Amino acid sequence: MSVIEAHGLRKAFGTTVAVDGIDLRVDEGHILGLIGPNGAGKTTALDAILGLTPYQGELKVLGRDPWEEREQLMRDVCFIADVAVLPRWMRVSHALEYMVGVHPRFDRTKAEGFLEKTSISQHSKVRELSKGMVVQLHLALVMAIDAKLLVLDEPTLGLDILFRKQFYDSLLNDYFDATRTIIVTTHQVEEVQHVLTDLMFINHGRIVLNCSMEEFEARYAEVMVKPEQLAAARTLKPIYERQVFGRSILLFDQVDRQKLSALGEVRTPNIADLFVAVMGNHAGAVQGAAR
Amino acid sequence: MNSESNVLRESALDSQPVAAVSASQTRTFYWSVRREIWENRWIYIGQLAVAGVFLVGFLFNMTRWLDTMRGLSTTDPAKYWETVSLPYNIGAGALMGALILMTIFYSSEALYGERRDRSILFWKSLPVSDRTTVLAKASIPLVVLPLLAVGITIAVHLVMLLLSSIVLPLSGMSVTSLWKELAIFPLWGMLLYHILLAHVLWPFPIYCWLILVSGWARRAPLLWAALPVVVIGGLEKLILGTSRFAAMIGTRLIGGGAPTDVTTGGMFPTGPMTHLTPLRYLGAPGLWMGLVVAAVFLGLAVRMRRYRDPV
Repeated sequence: MSVIEAHGLRKAFGTTVAVDGIDLRVDEGHILGLIGPNGAGKTTALDAILGLTPYQGELKVLGRDPWEEREQLMRDVCFIADVAVLPRWMRVSHALEYMVGVHPRFDRTKAEGFLEKTSISQHSKVRELSKGMVVQLHLALVMAIDAKLLVLDEPTLGLDILFRKQFYDSLLNDYFDATRTIIVTTHQVEEVQHVLTDLMFINHGRIVLNCSMEEFEARYAEVMVKPEQLAAARTLKPIYERQVFGRSILLFDQVDRQKLSALGEVRTPNIADLFVAVMGNHAGAVQGAAR
Repeated sequence: MNSESNVLRESALDSQPVAAVSASQTRTFYWSVRREIWENRWIYIGQLAVAGVFLVGFLFNMTRWLDTMRGLSTTDPAKYWETVSLPYNIGAGALMGALILMTIFYSSEALYGERRDRSILFWKSLPVSDRTTVLAKASIPLVVLPLLAVGITIAVHLVMLLLSSIVLPLSGMSVTSLWKELAIFPLWGMLLYHILLAHVLWPFPIYCWLILVSGWARRAPLLWAALPVVVIGGLEKLILGTSRFAAMIGTRLIGGGAPTDVTTGGMFPTGPMTHLTPLRYLGAPGLWMGLVVAAVFLGLAVRMRRYRDPV
């Protein structure tokens, strides 16, 4: 079942086009990483999906028009749009009470279970919590909602590495299952690589890469090339080349691994390196990678 | 028989979601109002503070009040009431003034605060519509604040009555004439009437205007809300040499001009000399025009909340 379906989704602010006619389909049970530089249009696209902003083109989330039906949609969708947007005056216990009051799918016992694993006291106010604890609280609230789609826009921005690791661990262990879908944007690309099932690069409001992680692993290979074989390697048309400690690392797209292993050690690149390769190249070369 | 019960079951199923939807809307509204009260605790703390300060003042002026009471004759009931009720009316007036200021302040922050601290991104992630949110916010100046003001005024009056009932016999005066002449229950009734009609419904369009601007302004919503009054008032003064517009807004804001009663000879609209005119009030075009304007402002405020980003 498709959770999100978009055709020609477009959004412009005055003359600036933030999302430039993207087609998108996200199926149930996937964790999609939406990766792009600042100003690429990620947040705008997510805002459209969450009913926070009007848009042009066709967009259905769980079969609904998000801009017209935000209220109903939010029974099945939840999101963390930014770090620390929980109201600072709110008590943790108030937040729990309020969620029980307004959200038909919120499970208070579950949320309290998540909170028990942290050092957050129910009596605290949000303003008394550290940034990391606010994120833990928000995640506890969100994970206690039996939602079909969870959208996380830079959920761990500004947090230390321990909190970030915990965040994704609990998301995977305590929340994700085959009936749920998660979309996440982040700049800490390396940290989500093992979490994702699908990968999407977006730049200048367009999708420049859209593949599953299996495809990603099958398609891209990175080789640390021995200096004497550099010329031979270059004939195989690497999409990117970088130097580490005086050695060349070449990134290949859809080149036979057998051939590559003759050149040096072959491994799967990390998303960050592919991101730099794809975004660093000219837009024209990049279009070839788009599906 | 079987098909009939099926039909019955189906119709029961049909009506169930409708009932569930309206029940969940009531619930959502209730919790949205709770949220406002949690967030704006000053709306009752402020009034309690005013009440406390007033009561301290009342205590300090007790001896002077006893002297006045001693020299008072019951031959002129109107004069007697005016004197006896003076502290009670001043107390009510102080809380009424606080009510107006707090209503202005609350309304001008209503849709602004959540945009300023970006918590709107949390509120909007929940299944609560913009309409429910705006209506819950409008219910604070419309219902919550005035009822709080009346409730706290009654509490203040009770404390004053209790104190008087102890002090008067000690100074050799009768408590019965105070209770009898003060007629505290009609006074409370009239106070409630006066606050709701003159200070809530009458200026309600102004409060809704403040709510609307609070959903639009990027900073200083109160100043933005006042700007049109200043500009239109200034132009009127320049071109026509009059200041009717500013006067109209100002009068309405403090509840002036509302045809709620006819008071002859007394200062306060809460005494035996006041003749209430609810029908004249309900028949006043100014009331209904104001309420239509208020509804339009609230409708626009709902749109504003839907479209405006955090500041």
